[in-house]
Amino acid sequence: MTTTTVIGADGLGKRYGRRQALADCTLDIPAGRVVGLVGPNGAGKSTLLQLASGLLSPTSGTIEVLGASPASTPAQMAKVGFVAQDTPTYAGLSIREHLHLGARLNPTWDAEFAARRIRQLDLDPGQRAGRLSGGQRAQLALTLAIAKRPELLLLDEPVASLDPLARREFMQVLMEFAAEQGASVVLSSHLVADLERVCDYLIVLARSRVRLVGDVDELLASHHRLTGAYREPATLPAGQEVIHSSHTERQSSLIVRSTAPIDNPSWTTQRLDLEDLVLAYMSNSATIGSIPVPEAQR
Amino acid sequence: MIEFHLDARSGVANYMQLIHQVRHAMRLGLLNEGDRLPTVKEVVAKVAINPNTVLKAYRELEYEGLVTLRTGVGTFVTRTLSDESLGAHGPLRLKLQQWLAEAREAGLDEESIEALLLSTFRAPAEGKA
Amino acid sequence: MIWLTWRQFRIQAWTALATLTALAVALVITGPEVTRLYHSSGFAGCRTDCAALSSGFLNQVINGTTGPLYWLGIAVMFVTPALIGVFWGAPLVARELEAGTHRLVWSQSVPRSRWLVAKLLGGSLVSMATVGLFSLAVTWWADPIDSAYLNRMFPEIFAARGIVPIGYAAFAFVVGVTVGMVLRRTVPAMAVTLVVVAAVQLVMPFLVRGQLIQPVEVTAPFQTTAVKSLHIKDGGGITVTGRVSQPGAWVVSNRTVTPSGVTFTGPVDAEACGRTSFSQPKCMAWLDTLNLRQEASYQPANRFWALQWYEATVLLTLALALAGFSFWWIRRRLT
Repeated sequence: MTTTTVIGADGLGKRYGRRQALADCTLDIPAGRVVGLVGPNGAGKSTLLQLASGLLSPTSGTIEVLGASPASTPAQMAKVGFVAQDTPTYAGLSIREHLHLGARLNPTWDAEFAARRIRQLDLDPGQRAGRLSGGQRAQLALTLAIAKRPELLLLDEPVASLDPLARREFMQVLMEFAAEQGASVVLSSHLVADLERVCDYLIVLARSRVRLVGDVDELLASHHRLTGAYREPATLPAGQEVIHSSHTERQSSLIVRSTAPIDNPSWTTQRLDLEDLVLAYMSNSATIGSIPVPEAQR
Repeated sequence: MIEFHLDARSGVANYMQLIHQVRHAMRLGLLNEGDRLPTVKEVVAKVAINPNTVLKAYRELEYEGLVTLRTGVGTFVTRTLSDESLGAHGPLRLKLQQWLAEAREAGLDEESIEALLLSTFRAPAEGKA
Repeated sequence: MIWLTWRQFRIQAWTALATLTALAVALVITGPEVTRLYHSSGFAGCRTDCAALSSGFLNQVINGTTGPLYWLGIAVMFVTPALIGVFWGAPLVARELEAGTHRLVWSQSVPRSRWLVAKLLGGSLVSMATVGLFSLAVTWWADPIDSAYLNRMFPEIFAARGIVPIGYAAFAFVVGVTVGMVLRRTVPAMAVTLVVVAAVQLVMPFLVRGQLIQPVEVTAPFQTTAVKSLHIKDGGGITVTGRVSQPGAWVVSNRTVTPSGVTFTGPVDAEACGRTSFSQPKCMAWLDTLNLRQEASYQPANRFWALQWYEATVLLTLALALAGFSFWWIRRRLT
């Protein structure tokens, strides 16, 4: 397996009038990953995904998806699947008609898969999409996107409006697709918990900027929570970057990034979970430097 | 065939949980030499986790020499962990049950029993960690 | 793409077909009655006394059951293009943008410009065909009545006959689509479309149509034997216009000027034409002494088809320009 870039962005930005939705975004996402795109609402997640799908065009910088400009040719469009926020479907069209639509508009359509999925979901193909539940509609939108057999599947807050059972079912199908096709997946959420199990690569966005990018395991291995008696953060040795700090009169609590192990016995060192890590970066707006962690092939 | 499950609150990495569950099943004799592990696709379709996590767990198990990956066929258990110790399970369980009864008689509640068990179990291991 | 366009547009198409069928049935049932009266009144093929015969025919037709249908036909021809713009054009893209389904359809493997081509082309062809067939039926049915009224050139009839309605249909449809795309909201887009289409329907006859071909200009001595209108105002003002004796022509402008070339507005000779002491012969005799001239311009009746083609071309050109704009918009601004 060779490392190729599925999404490469350089100084990417999108401005709506005076509002900067995304700024100075530089990314190099390797292929074959399930990428979690996390950030609070309005951080620019939708904008980034729509730029990658070609629904939007950048106002600054460049973006390349699978080696070409997004949505530049029908062949390029066939390689990228997109499930938009709130999983829109045509309320007046039946499930069967949606599949027909997919078959008509995509050269690489897998009709057999689509029909099987609808059977497994126990849906009536004659049912109008407008009468489906939120979870069923999400499954229909996912089926349409997967049956296209894309190399890259982008999903914008796909589970935000789903109940826990529908969430699980949605993720099961999505992960089965990722395993089967070896495709790359990027999905966004404002909740880390939604993504914790499924993603192995993480992008944290906050206030229109990328705060953190990297392989999940490496990010977890290189971040530590240090607690100890109060002291100035400046006293930390080189190579230990403070991401987040909080102090009381007696105690200092730091979240530190360091690839080398922390061997100062005056600190109590703890591992962080993904949610703590993401929150540390989201709450620390001063940290703009997003240092991509080098990709390690396992 | 075994089924995996994940505990998000455990604080143990997902791939480690899978490894533990395979080893556990091997010890209990649920998995024996020649048995096939579920495919990556089957696991992710069931547990809804990242396929790379499953791959990582399987590679780790292979590295430990417990399983072998046969491309296009599946992942097979190559050893049996239960042989030597399985016979001892019955008597040990009996002793534990006796001990539990004694503990309850002495007035320990469930929480205290669990705490005592765990602290005793972990006490010698602490030094190694 | 054609399948999807058809699937989303088929209800509108069936509505059009149903309305068309209803109209056709009404016209086919009553058509023979018009033809019968046309012949029985003696107006058909008349050589002498045609004016009297035509008014006899009109009396029978307009006061009979066919009268309301005649006016209804005109109303339908004016209203249909606006309805097409409002109910077919405006929601076409706006509803997709509102429901977010554009994100679904634009992430299939078909460029959005091709999606728009299918929608615009499909929708405008159905619109044009619908209105074209309406117009064909109405024009055929009303032909004897129009030839009795000699009113085909008049603004209230012209745009309800021939091929001009097809131009309005295409224009209104594209206006609807474009406005919907820019406003992104269905209901406001429908309102704006209605206003724009109605405005163009008003502007066309009053400002554009008369100038599409250079009107025929006439300057002649004012004839008091052919006065069309005469208004005497308080304070001695007067306006008077002469008749333009061109049967079936559409008079674009008509004014009466003094020998020095300014529009004649009085002052009036109170003895001859006063408001209280009006006497027709005296007033006319007084007007004769003023050496007034009539300056008029008109579009003669035989230019009907030439003007039809010109106006339809203007409307189709506008529609094409708007379509071009909508392509630019969907690629540059809806991003």
